[in-house]
Amino acid sequence: MNATLQRKLPQLATAAVLVAIALGASRMYEGFLSLRVLTNILTDNAALGIASIGMTLVIFSGGIDLSVGAVAGFSSILTVTLIEQHGMHPLLAALVSLGICTAWGLVTGYIVHAFNQPAFLITLAGMFLMRGCAYWITTEAVGLNNPMMTSLAGWELPLGSTFGLPFSAATLLVVMIFGLILGHYTRFGRNLIAIGGSEQSALLMGLPIGATRIASYGLSGFCAALAGLVLVLYTGSGNPSFGLGLELDAIAVVVIGGTLLIGGRGHIVGTILGLLVFGTIQSAIIFDGRLSSQWSRIVVGALLLAFVLLQRILVKRLKG
Amino acid sequence: MADNPLLTLRGIRKRFPGVLALDGVDFTVRAGEIHALLGENGAGKSTLIKVLTGVYTADEGDIRLADKPLQARSPAEAEEAGISTVYQEVNLIPSLSVAENLCLGRQPGKLGFIAWRALRRAAKASLARLGLDIDVDAELGSLSVALQQMVAIARALDRKARMLILDEPTASLDEKEVADLFRVMRQLRADGLGLIFVTHFLDQVYAVTDTITILRNGKLVGEYPTSSLSHLELVRKMLGREDYSEETGAHAAAKRALAEQPTVVEAAQLGRRNAVKEINLSIRAGETLGLAGLLGSGRTETARLLFGLDRRDSGEIHVRAKPAKLGSPRDAVRHGFAFCSEDRKAEGILPNLSVRENLILALQARRGAHRPLTRAEQEELCDRYVKALRIRLADTTVPIRTLSGGNQQKVLLARWLATQPCLLILDEPTRGIDIGARAEIGALVGKLCDEGMAVLLISSEIEEIVELSSRVIVLRERRFAGEFSGDEIVAPKLIHAMAAGGATS
Amino acid sequence: MKKFWGSPVVWPIAGLVVLTIINLGFNSAFLKITVLDGHLFGVPIDILNQGARTLVLALGMTVVIATGGIDLSVGSVMAVSGATAAMLLSHGYGLSTAIVAALGSGIVAGLINGILVARAGIQPIVATLVLMVVGRGLAQLMTGGDVVIIKNPSFEYIGNGFLLALPFAAVLAVILYVATHFGLRRTASGLFLEAVGDNPVASRFAGLPVARITCLAYVASGLCAAIAGIMATANIRAADSYRVGENTELDAIFAVVVGGTALTGGRFLLAGSFAGALLLQTLTQTMYYIGVPPAKATVPKAVLILAVCLIQSTRTRAWFSSLFKRRTA
Repeated sequence: MNATLQRKLPQLATAAVLVAIALGASRMYEGFLSLRVLTNILTDNAALGIASIGMTLVIFSGGIDLSVGAVAGFSSILTVTLIEQHGMHPLLAALVSLGICTAWGLVTGYIVHAFNQPAFLITLAGMFLMRGCAYWITTEAVGLNNPMMTSLAGWELPLGSTFGLPFSAATLLVVMIFGLILGHYTRFGRNLIAIGGSEQSALLMGLPIGATRIASYGLSGFCAALAGLVLVLYTGSGNPSFGLGLELDAIAVVVIGGTLLIGGRGHIVGTILGLLVFGTIQSAIIFDGRLSSQWSRIVVGALLLAFVLLQRILVKRLKG
Repeated sequence: MADNPLLTLRGIRKRFPGVLALDGVDFTVRAGEIHALLGENGAGKSTLIKVLTGVYTADEGDIRLADKPLQARSPAEAEEAGISTVYQEVNLIPSLSVAENLCLGRQPGKLGFIAWRALRRAAKASLARLGLDIDVDAELGSLSVALQQMVAIARALDRKARMLILDEPTASLDEKEVADLFRVMRQLRADGLGLIFVTHFLDQVYAVTDTITILRNGKLVGEYPTSSLSHLELVRKMLGREDYSEETGAHAAAKRALAEQPTVVEAAQLGRRNAVKEINLSIRAGETLGLAGLLGSGRTETARLLFGLDRRDSGEIHVRAKPAKLGSPRDAVRHGFAFCSEDRKAEGILPNLSVRENLILALQARRGAHRPLTRAEQEELCDRYVKALRIRLADTTVPIRTLSGGNQQKVLLARWLATQPCLLILDEPTRGIDIGARAEIGALVGKLCDEGMAVLLISSEIEEIVELSSRVIVLRERRFAGEFSGDEIVAPKLIHAMAAGGATS
Repeated sequence: MKKFWGSPVVWPIAGLVVLTIINLGFNSAFLKITVLDGHLFGVPIDILNQGARTLVLALGMTVVIATGGIDLSVGSVMAVSGATAAMLLSHGYGLSTAIVAALGSGIVAGLINGILVARAGIQPIVATLVLMVVGRGLAQLMTGGDVVIIKNPSFEYIGNGFLLALPFAAVLAVILYVATHFGLRRTASGLFLEAVGDNPVASRFAGLPVARITCLAYVASGLCAAIAGIMATANIRAADSYRVGENTELDAIFAVVVGGTALTGGRFLLAGSFAGALLLQTLTQTMYYIGVPPAKATVPKAVLILAVCLIQSTRTRAWFSSLFKRRTA
């Protein structure tokens, strides 16, 4: 097999799954395969997609960030509270949220790296902390009335005569492109993958391990905060319980996208495809109307298992 | 070969707690030569290389590269100065492409962005320089170890290297791959680089090197032109004591008339890819079979096959004349086998568990979880073996990691003796332990045989093999290279078989 | 006595003492236990009762962590087990059938995890993540996405009943700890677990069936999760497959870590996990009494776990000991 093709096999498998699901759904449900449905999938899953891009970067280096859901909830309620109850300019409020969450991500990364602690445990604690802090701000959802934000929430990039691309979906696209460039066209991204592939080798090659790893957690914090802001626009409110379980969905999306959870192997394009698979399954189940929504979890879980086993076989074959 | 020294080390001394690893070593490499650095375990080769590459700093002595003093404090600084290293373990990222591995950390591009086209072009160019035809887009991990080595060399040379250190690069290569490597090495020599080649395969030393430097016990034995040093002389110099006597291990060999004892284990045509080929051996009750050979000759690999740790590709094993599967260590233990590994830390001790728990583990594993040894039985076992093996400790409840190497080794021996095995495999039982403990373990092996146990002894120390074995099988380059018994067990004959082959001479 | 002070169990117990003192400051009747209808009532009893689930989960988690693994699926398995019991009961099956089936679902879940980890060689976080995602979906599917109300007094007893004046769930949890302690320490199983966690390679050399031991650890954890699921379902008299066991895997892991069992595997401390789980529950109750809503109570939990991690890290220890040396020198 062609070497490049073989390297891309997990992503190709994801693409094949995506095509199969989309074709199957369009057979069964009229009007499924349309630009409008695609736009809806992107809009409905904008927060998940943004968080997944950050998660992918952390997983590249062999880490994991279980705090993204809680961080998204925190940033949503913090931003809305600052705007609505403290009269802060929306832009400034957003920047404050993004800044705090990024800083927290960096602190997490520092603890993981400098104190050599398991990432999942530290980010788990981070998840408790951020969720608790979110509830500390307020336990209730806060509605968004700021005219600038509401107009932003209603803004659409016109695509057709009757519909357009909402701001949150547009943000997702920007983050995707940003992630793609960062992960695959910068030294930083390649260093991340190198650390995940073999930390020892990366060290001997003289790569900046500490800074790279800590930065990846910072980026994940930033993406999670941005996901929270997108949720604010999507729902028109801030809520400390936003993003419950978001971290699990994000991990599932990343793994379905063919990125290896132990690090060292993966692609942002895979994550994008994984997100589309995830979103398509959900909308197909909603389109159907008869299937209960629980099926989406089960199908996602089954895909997760299938891809984990597929990767296991691939890795084994490469080693054997 | 021009006689202008490229690298000179003078009077290098390096001390670790308790050991003088390098004791005033001189070492010179000239431009355009391939220089073998030889010595058995503990000779100081790897310490010397680590001093050269800046992993360690020498306590005394000076290093000059092209007449300029060299003071590398890290591998990166050594590389900057022109000394690159390729290790046996390929230190690259297996999941990335060949091109990326060649360029990681120094990718072409601006502001941290990567110009992929330029990167692939640069990668192709650096492979072409070595005359290699490797797909730069292939994933490194999908290549053979040999090709990965080549990529590692290409990466090492990217930085205008003047010296290339090859640290056991051929350990897991087959013949054709070795030939390819040698072609590249000769080409680099022609380009005027100085190459240091560390290997355990003496044939390869003669095939490719110009000069040999031998170390032993941290001291320089000497530097010799390869063409003027015979195989036999070389092995003698590596093992020390050029005046090996014709003395046999009378103690072990003479007193046993073993012919009537039953055969415990018989193995025929054992083989495993990249490990050993066509090994035949049989061990009788009450005898110590010595397995001799230089490092890398396949001794440990043979023991691993016997103990079911690796799956054999070919061959059959009979235990007490019955065919045995031996598919796992558990199988082997059930047949009454015991295996003291040479890698105490990774394969022997459970570092955080107590001495007592470590001691009873194998016996308990054989009995199963539901028939636990009582506290009294455990203490009785511990007492017995602590006394019998003279294990020095205050208390059997301390974690085993707090013990000295020799005492850890004795606890592991006790672990296996407690199972009352019929076959005890000892892989380098005296490595890294003090002289007193060595003598004790030697005496113990003799005693066990007298009691009817079969022992398979693997050792790099010729004296140990000669002294303790009633029969010796010599392996060379992963194959059978001779069998000796009785009066034939003398150091010169064994060394000859280890070096050049031929059971008789 | 010296042994006691050297043991890591001291830390969660010290934490418990400190929390109790703080609580006594707020509420002098904190430790007071009253008798009502022949049952004991009071804050400590509440803590035991509400903490029973975490206690049981931490028990299974300790076993898995001892092998160097982790089980993220316990919360979802709780939901599955609760849903299984509830559906069987509501379809007219007997109590024993329902309980056996619920426990069976936990064993199957543990077996799946164990096979993925020990046989397929998938790392524990990923392997158990699959069931974490699927399990809750399955539970919701079983209950049709609704909260299934259970009307069976005997079943309810498991969650709310009293045995010898003590809450049954708490008694059950204590019995499980004692039974597990004897099961592991009076046989060689405990030693085998610690051996596998401490050095799996050396354990294999010594002739231990490493894969089987690892697999059984996950089965034990699955079983514990199923028991906890039954307790939780019985406690609220309903199978709520959305909320049951939510975030409980985190509580269980925290309890084990706070209790002094290292995530790297090897030595495990059942008593530590017991004290750790009680500490977490007391912390939650304390917040509740102070008037902090449960949602916010996660902050002190997080601070506690971060502190434990940092204190345990070798870097901090090296720093402390260097500080100490400088003083004495």
